[in-house]
Amino acid sequence: MSMTTILQHCLTGISLGGAYALIAIGYTLVYGILRLINFAHGDIFMMAGYFMIFALASFPWPVAIIITLVVTTVMGIGIERFAYKPLRNAPRMSIMISAIGVSYLLQNLSTYLFTAIPRGYPELPYLKKIYQIGELSASFVTILTPILTIVLVFVLMILVNKTKTGMAMRATSKDFETAKLMGININRVVSVTFAIGSLLAGIGSILYFTDRMSVTPFSGTLPGLKCFVAAVFGGIGNIPGAVVGGFFIGIVETLLVALGYSTFSDAFTFLLLIIMLLVKPTGLFGEKNVEKV
Amino acid sequence: MRIKRNTLLTTTVFALLVVFLYWLSANRMQNGMLVSVLQKGVIFALVAVSMNLLNGFTGLFSLGQAGFMSIGAYTTAILIIPVKSLDGVYYMNGVHPGIRALKMVVADSPAFVQSIFPFVALLLGGLLAAGIAAIVGVAVLRLKSDYLAIATLGLSEIVRAIFSSPQFDQITNGSYGLNKIPTFPEMAWGLIPSLLTPFIVVGFCVVFILLLINSSYGRAFKAIREDEIAAEAMGINLYKHKSMSFVVSSFFSAVAGGLLAMYMRSIEAKTFSITMTYDILLIVVIGGIGSVTGSILSAFLVTIAKEWWLRFFDQPLFFGGWQVPLFRTGFRMVIFSILLMVVVLIYRKGLMGSTEFSWDRLIGRFRRTKNSEGGAA
Amino acid sequence: MSTILLKTEHVTMQFGGVVAVDDLNIEIPEGKITALIGPNGAGKTTAFNVITGGYQATNGRVTFDGHVIGENYPRSKMKKIYNGTYKTLNEHQVINTPDKITRLGMARTFQNIRLFKDLTVFENVLIAMHGHIKAGMLRSTFKLNKEEELMMNQEADKLLHSVNLHMHRDEKSSSLPYGMQRKLEIARALATGPKLLLLDEPAAGMNPKETEELALFIQEIKETFSLTVFLIEHHMDLVMDISDKIYVLDYGKTIALGTANEVQNDPAVIRAYLGVEEA
Ligand SMILES: Nc1ncnc2c1ncn2[C@@H]1O[C@H](COP(=O)(O)OP(=O)(O)OP(=O)(O)O)[C@@H](O)[C@H]1O
Ligand SMILES: [Mg+2]
Repeated sequence: MSMTTILQHCLTGISLGGAYALIAIGYTLVYGILRLINFAHGDIFMMAGYFMIFALASFPWPVAIIITLVVTTVMGIGIERFAYKPLRNAPRMSIMISAIGVSYLLQNLSTYLFTAIPRGYPELPYLKKIYQIGELSASFVTILTPILTIVLVFVLMILVNKTKTGMAMRATSKDFETAKLMGININRVVSVTFAIGSLLAGIGSILYFTDRMSVTPFSGTLPGLKCFVAAVFGGIGNIPGAVVGGFFIGIVETLLVALGYSTFSDAFTFLLLIIMLLVKPTGLFGEKNVEKV
Repeated sequence: MRIKRNTLLTTTVFALLVVFLYWLSANRMQNGMLVSVLQKGVIFALVAVSMNLLNGFTGLFSLGQAGFMSIGAYTTAILIIPVKSLDGVYYMNGVHPGIRALKMVVADSPAFVQSIFPFVALLLGGLLAAGIAAIVGVAVLRLKSDYLAIATLGLSEIVRAIFSSPQFDQITNGSYGLNKIPTFPEMAWGLIPSLLTPFIVVGFCVVFILLLINSSYGRAFKAIREDEIAAEAMGINLYKHKSMSFVVSSFFSAVAGGLLAMYMRSIEAKTFSITMTYDILLIVVIGGIGSVTGSILSAFLVTIAKEWWLRFFDQPLFFGGWQVPLFRTGFRMVIFSILLMVVVLIYRKGLMGSTEFSWDRLIGRFRRTKNSEGGAA
Repeated sequence: MSTILLKTEHVTMQFGGVVAVDDLNIEIPEGKITALIGPNGAGKTTAFNVITGGYQATNGRVTFDGHVIGENYPRSKMKKIYNGTYKTLNEHQVINTPDKITRLGMARTFQNIRLFKDLTVFENVLIAMHGHIKAGMLRSTFKLNKEEELMMNQEADKLLHSVNLHMHRDEKSSSLPYGMQRKLEIARALATGPKLLLLDEPAAGMNPKETEELALFIQEIKETFSLTVFLIEHHMDLVMDISDKIYVLDYGKTIALGTANEVQNDPAVIRAYLGVEEA
């Protein structure tokens, strides 16, 4: 492979990684607070894809984007209220099963509503415009994704570290019970967490699908799982960790596909997970937690 | 006295069941759908029970069932595809010479060996899965609940990637999958017709799992489920017992996978995706986490409902000239997902909770309703 | 002088900035009742967790019945506080999982009761015997170890009789009243066949009468099962009544050691309990 091809693939990988990073943040935030793998997160991302298709059919693109993001966010909050909140004091396994149930429901519902046939994702002319940088060519979305990701993460970090809500989120993720005793409105914190997670998944979805060009009811499953792995890789509960994990997985995956190992590109992610959990279970930047007896 | 009555009832029910299956075997042409759902139901009963052994009895939330099933399914299929069909199956990439050689040996062996060979294949599939589980267990069983779930799910995806990868074309036939798999074999020189085979194999497996659950080791599993720290403080080696449960569960999942290959006659890696694990989880949850009889009951109910009774949800429905809205392809699965959510959120115990079926309870309930009716009259 | 059954040397347990146990050196004489007392958060439970293998000490060594069951001497720290004879790095670490330590003959109860809630009283006791089972999984599954199982069942029944819980044999353990749950937890620990019994606040939540009964009960099982007892307790009457030797812990440090009388009159102990600031 020539240098140019390698760079070209890296660029694609970085772009994919940016989208992964945005989804991974949703996992990491929710896990940090509820200790729950939100199996439905990938399907929220998939549903956002469909929302965009329908919104764009009848609205100009700026309105369509706003509608998509709002609906996705509301859906995220709604899922938490409906499927996770009633189980907050139930055993860990029940709430995980509930998350799987929601994922199952969203997939079947979208198969029913939109059929399993892939739907073309609409092209936003601005995003698809091709730019030439030296020997490399890239569409605008490829360049936009990583930049937008970094900006959003920056804003999110300020929100988490500087605002009152952010402080409540951090307190809750440190110690759920104590935070509750200290008068933090847990329900609000959880809702805000799901809102942020879903909003970022919505943005990630627009960036991701613009590059993939079609959506199916199962488009969310694998990216979802991969992004969870990204979150674990970076250290669950840690936002910059999730971003690093997202970029890393995006780049390696793209390179593996380029090298002709496309069947193994998914398997690689999970191998990475298992190795990481063995070598450093707390992830790259995670903190150690000892269970009190 | 009571124990005698219960044994009598159980024996009678099983005898009736056997008679019914013989009758079904003689009339299978007219009852194609019934045979099909019952066989599929019994296979899923085995996977559900083995998943329950892990999730419900040992408290290990594992989502790797589909992966272990695929190991069993592929092993069995590769071993039992007849030598004359090989070229047809592997028409794209050719078959690995080793596999062909093995099949020649089997084809030349005495009739008795050939008649038990499918069972040997099932056993080998199970052993391979058990071996892999033992090795992988070293790594993943140290993980806490939700990490274990995602790691086993990942494992199952890795297995799927290996089976469908072009690098193993000559063994697994890559993305083309395997077909021309012979159906269930007869047993005991034809005394037991092939229709009964899956029921008998699953029966033996479930009895084994039940015995295990009721043994001292099964109690140790439950202790781990209840409280890992206390179990360890009571001298139970966590890793050893988790690994046992994982290996046994994987073994039986793989046997069920092998049976599924015989049932479906053709398999591909896609069959064993995450959705399949979710389907099995649905059965376990509906049946009751921690109940073997619940899983079995639920496996039959869910399979029959899904494949047969609720089919009409997927067909357009007309009342006179008016088409009932909502009824079209995919509606059935929506109903199923909603059902699952209802069980998860409201009827958290499922059909059986964590109790097992018992005649005493059934008769007790029957008496109670009768008495209350009597009281009302 | 009786022999020393359990010994800790320089045991230190640090969680981030918190030093929960600081250079703990204790010796538990065989056949005696030793108590560990101290204000809330003094590090008593943490000391138990280190001894039973739940936590790995950041520093120090635990010896039980002639075996080193836990040891951790990181090189740099070792130089400062301990002049051992060990030379290579590998020899400085001995890690044992709690189950192995239990099988060596040390059993414990927990401060917040940790019974197997969904299982019956009888099953709770049987499980504690499983650690010593000889039959493998297959033999046990196919019931080829009838004699062993029978022995286990008889032992469990005997144990339940001896602690007066036999009438609740087939009830769910979580349905027992609180005091009985505590008792069952002790019975379960006894079922592992221990030489040393560690009790973490066995009288917590009991009224004076129950506490008195418990004191008798502890002395009784000590005799019948020829045990050594090491207990954490806040009920001073109980402690002073039955202990032969008392260690007092405050902020992880051992501030006093001796018989009931000696400890009661120790100014440092009085200060720790009354919370008087050091001048
Ligand atoms: N796993 C852990 N992680 C962090 N800190 C811990 C952990 N376990 C104990 N600690 C801290 O160590 C200190 C001692 O706690 P410990 O439970 O040993 O006290 P205790 O003497 O048993 O108190 P009590 O009488 O209230 O039971 C406390 O400050 C506690 O917060
Ligand atoms: Mg304590």
